[in-house]
Amino acid sequence: MYRSSAWLAALLVCSSPALAATPWQSLGAPLTDREISSWDIDVRPDGQGLPPGKGSVEEGQAIYDAQCASCHGVFGESNDYIALTGGIGTLTSETPQRTVASKLDYATTLWDYINRAMPFTHAKVLGVNEVYAVTAYVLNLAEILPMDATLDEKTLPLVEMPNRKGYTQAHGFMTVDGKPDVQAKACMQDCAAEVTVTSELPAGFTEEMYGDIRTHFRGLAGMTTLPAASAKPPAETLAKSPAELAATHGCLTCHGVDQAIVGPAFTAIAERYADTPDAGTVLAAKVRAGGSGVWGSAMMPAQTSIPDETLAEVLAWLLAGARAK
Amino acid sequence: MDKSKIPQGRLISPPVLDRTAPPGARRAFLRGLAGASAALAGGAAAAGFTPGEPLPVPDSMKRLGKPVAAQPYSQPSPHEANVIRRQSPGLTRTNESSIAFTPLQNLFGIITPNGLHFERDHAGVPDLDPHQHLLALHGLVARPKRYTMEDILRMPSVSRVHFLECGANTGMEWGNAAVPTVQFTHGMLSCAEYTGVLLSTLLEDVGFDAKRARFLLAEGADGAALTRTIPLAMALEDAMIVYGQNGEMLRPENGYPLRLFVPGVQGVSSVKWLRRIEVGDQPWHTREETLHYSDLMPDGKSRQFTWIQEAKSVITSPSGGMTLLDKGGYYEITGLAWSGRGSIKRVDVSVDGGRSWKTATLQNPVMRKALTRFRFDWVWDGSPALLQSRCIDDTGYVQPSIKQLREVRGTRSIYHNNAVQTWQVLASGEVRNVQV
Repeated sequence: MYRSSAWLAALLVCSSPALAATPWQSLGAPLTDREISSWDIDVRPDGQGLPPGKGSVEEGQAIYDAQCASCHGVFGESNDYIALTGGIGTLTSETPQRTVASKLDYATTLWDYINRAMPFTHAKVLGVNEVYAVTAYVLNLAEILPMDATLDEKTLPLVEMPNRKGYTQAHGFMTVDGKPDVQAKACMQDCAAEVTVTSELPAGFTEEMYGDIRTHFRGLAGMTTLPAASAKPPAETLAKSPAELAATHGCLTCHGVDQAIVGPAFTAIAERYADTPDAGTVLAAKVRAGGSGVWGSAMMPAQTSIPDETLAEVLAWLLAGARAK
Repeated sequence: MDKSKIPQGRLISPPVLDRTAPPGARRAFLRGLAGASAALAGGAAAAGFTPGEPLPVPDSMKRLGKPVAAQPYSQPSPHEANVIRRQSPGLTRTNESSIAFTPLQNLFGIITPNGLHFERDHAGVPDLDPHQHLLALHGLVARPKRYTMEDILRMPSVSRVHFLECGANTGMEWGNAAVPTVQFTHGMLSCAEYTGVLLSTLLEDVGFDAKRARFLLAEGADGAALTRTIPLAMALEDAMIVYGQNGEMLRPENGYPLRLFVPGVQGVSSVKWLRRIEVGDQPWHTREETLHYSDLMPDGKSRQFTWIQEAKSVITSPSGGMTLLDKGGYYEITGLAWSGRGSIKRVDVSVDGGRSWKTATLQNPVMRKALTRFRFDWVWDGSPALLQSRCIDDTGYVQPSIKQLREVRGTRSIYHNNAVQTWQVLASGEVRNVQV
């Protein structure tokens, strides 16, 4: 008895995840090492995550010219997208150039981003060795690596980037209770002797860049009012199909398209009036006047609210067979 | 602006006296009423009726309207066609790595409609099938796991209202006034009720290594496979993996079917299309925390991992691009305030460029790390004015002026510009973006 309960206790400890488990632990599935390695592509500054492989500056040039130069420029100099080269030493100037060469603190970031996100329009087409080669070539264009350099998983983390010491974490933005760098006071009265406008948009700038800025506001703002034409909704007949018009004006409450409800089906009316000359005018008069007797004793009320042109459009559609349009 | 093209017809706000107005303002207000009545007559003509005559019965009362569910998923009235997200001309080189700004000037309350939530993509919007989507959680954990969307939807959930602000919001304004409306000065800002699973729930589920774990890496399933380092403390405090936004699933451009959400932290950390979370002991120094989203200081050093969004406010009406047509008329000054460090305690408004301030009314609810709406009665006397708002959060932090920020950070840091915004009202009624 003693033995068996000890065995039972041991079994419970070993097999029950309940000791540290949540009631929802059955949700989700174990992730195997093989699954992890197929998705885990990130690379850290210390090289963790870099796959084995290598590539040279020379090998990188052909790949770069084919895949990268169209956006980044032949020498990585184009700032149309992100400049890769140049700008080293400009970060203290009035016109800092934030390039891959001037800004990154670790070369592993360059490898990681090429691997995960480049080329922009068709990411993840480069093989591991190709990513090493392109990284080497870009660092050579940036005059950080020599022409004969080759990079692999061991040497890439050792590349010394010019801005290696260019970052600081001595600021209050990393924690919710961090100390703000600017301490303002909430003065309520006589807070400034005079107030001068120091910056405004150049005359004509808004119109040139944004067009008529009034179109960025709801016409009902009570502040700006738009020209009436642009606030007006489209005319009814332009916005709706004949079937929708028939629904809007209540025709479909009593008439089905294919079946009689209180009144006859539209398709039945189309059939009966197929040979009537000027059927549209005849039917329009009947709709306006209302009446009974043609299809039975149910009374059709006179329809006066539907506009003439709308009625004509609905009847033309009806007489053509009332097909969906 | 060609004033002759502005029709005078418009809605007039009901006359409400400015309870905080200085002596004399009431007289100016009453003088203004004469002008207001004239304008009202113009408004009547535009609305199709003659004052004193019988009011017309609208056609809409004489016929059937559209059937129910005429649109199975409703769209805004066609009269609201101007209320849309917009790109800022010339800001980005591609439409895939770009930004669409929320039209704050046209919105009410604190909740951003899902179709107008701001959008920042780094390689376009992927179309993800929720039946195929997986979230992997691994690294310094006892039990690496993968979850389907069904698994995640079955887990214990929370719903919370939070703001989301891009770290670069107002970034164009560091050096000078640069854009005309609040949509472009502050529109990388939205607020929604987000529903999902607390990240702490998932981290417990996989048994994270509490001794060694310090940071998480979050990765998206877009072309950029966007990655950001998240500090473990924030992950455990209130970060969520989110699938719901304002009662429905996330929109594709906001991360459908799953995103990370880190409240109070710059938007790029709330990785969209979330596919993988790795637990580690060091930050990763990804592109989006080195080349971008780091704040360049005058000494050439970049502040890295500037996660928190400090307290900030802005008047959304009247704001740049509007024209006040009603001299002597009542205007409700209204706007938004928020803090990544907690909740908004107070908002002050100035109409004289910061010489004097009065405290605005806060609309309840006032929630942590959520937008707070403020309101302030103002009767415009027709003379030039400089409108500003300034918020204070529950840590006592006071929103600074652009001058105070520049003294410490210069003008090249791009991110985290939380300066007091100034809207200049000219005698003509035009409202313009300026700096003082």
